[in-house]
Amino acid sequence: MQERHVAGMMELPERQFGFQTRALHAGARPEPETGARAVPIFQTSSYVFEDPESAAAYFNLQEYGNTYSRIMNPTVAAFEERIANLEVGAGAVAFASGLAAQSSTFFTLLSAGDHVVASRALYGGSITQLKHLFKKLSVELTFVDPDDPNEWHQATTERTRLFFGETIGNPGGNVMDIEQIAKVAHDHSIPLVMDNTFATPYLCRPIEWGADIVIHSATKFLGGHGTSIGGVVIDSGDFDWSNGKFAVIAEPSDAYHGLSFHETFGMYGFLMKLRSETLRDLGGCMSPFNAFLFLQGMETLPLRMDRHVSNALEIATWLEARSDVVSVSHPAIHYRENAGLLEKYLPKGAGAVFCFELHGGRSAGQNFIRNVQLFSHLANVGDAKSLIIHPASTTHRQLSDDELQAAGIAPGTVRLSVGIEDVEDLQWDLEQAFARSN
Amino acid sequence: MPEATKYQDPATIQRVLHTGRSIAIVGLSANTLRASHFVGYYAQRHGYQIIPVNPREEQVLGEESFNSLTAVGDTVDIVNVFRDPAAVPAIAKEAVAVGAKALWLQFGVISDEGAAIAADAGLDVIMDRCLKVEHARYIGRMHWLGLNTEVVTARRPVRR
Repeated sequence: MQERHVAGMMELPERQFGFQTRALHAGARPEPETGARAVPIFQTSSYVFEDPESAAAYFNLQEYGNTYSRIMNPTVAAFEERIANLEVGAGAVAFASGLAAQSSTFFTLLSAGDHVVASRALYGGSITQLKHLFKKLSVELTFVDPDDPNEWHQATTERTRLFFGETIGNPGGNVMDIEQIAKVAHDHSIPLVMDNTFATPYLCRPIEWGADIVIHSATKFLGGHGTSIGGVVIDSGDFDWSNGKFAVIAEPSDAYHGLSFHETFGMYGFLMKLRSETLRDLGGCMSPFNAFLFLQGMETLPLRMDRHVSNALEIATWLEARSDVVSVSHPAIHYRENAGLLEKYLPKGAGAVFCFELHGGRSAGQNFIRNVQLFSHLANVGDAKSLIIHPASTTHRQLSDDELQAAGIAPGTVRLSVGIEDVEDLQWDLEQAFARSN
Repeated sequence: MPEATKYQDPATIQRVLHTGRSIAIVGLSANTLRASHFVGYYAQRHGYQIIPVNPREEQVLGEESFNSLTAVGDTVDIVNVFRDPAAVPAIAKEAVAVGAKALWLQFGVISDEGAAIAADAGLDVIMDRCLKVEHARYIGRMHWLGLNTEVVTARRPVRR
């Protein structure tokens, strides 16, 4: 039996702290034992229990206690709380990668025979995951035009259990009208799941517009330095899982000795299920060291994002004016006729990843990439350094020509992830690559 | 101010948790899978005196179960309710009658009438909040589960 503590209250701040303050502090209370100010890396697989009763209480979820680092770890928890706070969610569960976060969310909510409606303009890896993994799991799938709420509505069936889209599409740059699509989802009593990797919570917080679950590849802007692979799922805590469509959350679970996650944990039901069943069973946990690096990265997220978006917009505008460029897919250019959409969802800027198309198709794209010096040719985005890739040969390699077109990718399309270098140096590099390629 | 948030004041929640010692749990089930049992078990583990109020149980968590609040006899600091919202006004009147200091209505137990009865009699009222979650947020280890406590501080916590 633990002694009851009445001293040392952890008070809620009397002030609602700003985003940058929370990016530095949320989730990272000083460590009580040592006073360590940085979040310690708890590099341990397991935790010594006080006594058998405590161990049982932790495993029964009657008490919050560390059991095993596949399921929970204090360093990872600090990262989870920080991103949950920044995304204005009820909580978060971290995973080994963005795709692990995504597949675990789907695995938690879906059963064989269920149906998903997803945006057609997703990251290639997500399209592949949905198409092939779900075929194996007997989950049906319909891709729709992300910009047309009516298509989402028309595609919905009795077995549809979630909508899935990206705040800013990779790499086509479409921006979802989250509020509208969330309304369609809620009219059908199902949740809207949004990937917010490209926007980050600094530029857009989908939960504030009605999204129910938010997923990140933390590998990108959250980490920001290209050091670690990781992902995370944030739940708003607002969706009513007892509405009759989600027996997987609301009914007693055979996988947890008959526990009903919705009744027992209320607004935390989905998160508790995601952690104590799906993460436990599929096992794709985040390492404490990676969580530490993500925490470090997130401290400067607002500073980096401001520079990312201003550099990206300047490069995109500069490219658009060139005669050797067919088109530029930066949202600010793409939505020039519909600026209200960007003003609503992305008032601080529309991210730093966009594409441009070169005359001359596949070989022109590949040739250009051969000639850059400062842009790194690699398959990632969101690094502080500028990155470049040819999607048709790499990230979207598994897609058919029709699917490529639907995702906004031509054979001559080059994708940039604009970093925080001096923008004049980035322009110099692209200029000399154009000169050498011609 | 909407009724729900009026009864979710963080300062009130912390004061009730820090000053209360005995908790009468109305609707406490002996079934270990029910939410009420989770809360009772947790609160007992953290040193609160648990008083089950449930005519359908003889004993819960090793404590005698009473048919009603008025049958308890001992001092009741917090009345914690796991019941149909329609039952709350009557429970609130009993809470006032036995001199309880706080009425705490769990997730989904929403009764503006019951809350007003207790508040008018000077009780602290908390509504649509879970006692276990709020204790874990301010005093316990909710932050070990990646949940958003909304606690943002650079002060070194007292070890627990």
